Amino acid sequence: MSVPHEILAGLLNIVLGLAFLLVVAALLTWVERRLLGFFQDRPGPNRVGPFGILQVAADGIKLLFKQDWIPPFADAGVFVLAPAIAMVTVMLAMAIIPATPAIGIIGNLNIGVLFFLAMSGLGVYSVVLAGWSSNNKFSLLGGMRAAAQMVSYEVFMGLALLGVVMLAGSFNLTDIVHGQRHMWYVVPQFLGCIIFFLGGIAETHRLPFDLPEGESELGAGFHTEYSGMKFGMFFVGEYIGIMLVSAMTTVLFLGGWYGPILPPFMWFGIKTGLLVCFFILLRAALPRPRYDQFMAFGWKLLLPLTLLNILVTGALMLGLPAST
Amino acid sequence: MLSSVRTLWYTFLHLFQPNVTVQYPDEMPYLAPRYRGRIVLTRDPDGEERCVSCNLCAVACPVDCISLQKTEHEGRWYPEFFRINFSRCIFCGFCEEACPTYAIQLTPDFEMSEYNRQNLVYEKEDLLISGTGKYPDYNFYRVSGLAIPGKDKGEAEHERPPIDVRALLP
Repeated sequence: MSVPHEILAGLLNIVLGLAFLLVVAALLTWVERRLLGFFQDRPGPNRVGPFGILQVAADGIKLLFKQDWIPPFADAGVFVLAPAIAMVTVMLAMAIIPATPAIGIIGNLNIGVLFFLAMSGLGVYSVVLAGWSSNNKFSLLGGMRAAAQMVSYEVFMGLALLGVVMLAGSFNLTDIVHGQRHMWYVVPQFLGCIIFFLGGIAETHRLPFDLPEGESELGAGFHTEYSGMKFGMFFVGEYIGIMLVSAMTTVLFLGGWYGPILPPFMWFGIKTGLLVCFFILLRAALPRPRYDQFMAFGWKLLLPLTLLNILVTGALMLGLPAST
Repeated sequence: MLSSVRTLWYTFLHLFQPNVTVQYPDEMPYLAPRYRGRIVLTRDPDGEERCVSCNLCAVACPVDCISLQKTEHEGRWYPEFFRINFSRCIFCGFCEEACPTYAIQLTPDFEMSEYNRQNLVYEKEDLLISGTGKYPDYNFYRVSGLAIPGKDKGEAEHERPPIDVRALLP
């Protein structure tokens, strides 16, 4: 009789986690628009409900009632599948984040970091398939850019993580946070942290690295042909992606739930929230680089730097065994 | 690279600056007295209509949205009807500049939306206001040489009495 109880508790955990994620992702759309507004000296959406917070509900209703349109020239099956992939991969990746040792779905997964990388790798399929199945040249261009961008930036993101993995000696995210009890990994792995975050921005194709969308040149890029809730799913995926990268940065480099006085889950929330706000600040402040500049920046600057980072970390670990 | 960081910092500082937005329906924006909004027809200080239906406004109007018809009453000219089609009006203010009697004036009011386009055609009774508008002291018939009941030739302000052309004296 004890087994069904465990399964029930696990299912409840998953359902609650999913619901929480979706609600926070929806609220993030409002947070982003308000914050962007403040950065640009205007109030942002503030009419619906207190502080405009019901704007989320209004937008949701609007998206649900829009015509669910599949263009006649599109490859219908793949066209429908693509936004689902966008959402499913980031949500699956979110499952391995340990908010605290107790809160989280499978925070103790022994291949946590690898799972995260695998899921963000699968996430590329959503934009590529969306661009391909739309049968539209702008979508295709967006999808191709997305493929190039995400595949190449995933390389450095994975390599930037290696320094942390080497220091912690584990792929398990809970162990990695435990390893930061005395010092956050952002101190010994500063370069790794910056590169991981840059890679994360590219992975979520957020501004300034939103080349797959690039509305000034590609219309809306890979989701040009999408409307209604399928469009909404891309955006929920994007916002969960922002949370995912922020949470991963927190867990890997900023000491996860460790912090004085406040309870652990609040520390995790504060750190992740500030990083999400930083994502929004990036969007408000920086222009989009040209595509070739962006690829050159990745392959010619970030890749050597990441390799150097791994080399130096490894050399130091071998040279000073006591420091680890 | 460094400039990007500086940009980030300056953008962040904007978080602490006041919003420039005027939240319009709750908070009215300041409109200058000479704002070019809804057009009115004003009256002189005696309460009579200033418009002498000279048609200059209708001629000046680049979109031909003004139409009027002259009529006469006791030596004074009046518009029999005066019609402005605000669905055509571009609020250029040329009519106000053309008007020799300060009758037609633009006001700082722009809230004139209608659900029915016909309602944007304003007749004389919609346009005519009871005040003098921007020129409180001006009275056309008091400064013009035209004879009207109660004021003969030569009795206007700053006007000399008419010269007797048959007299020999200068």
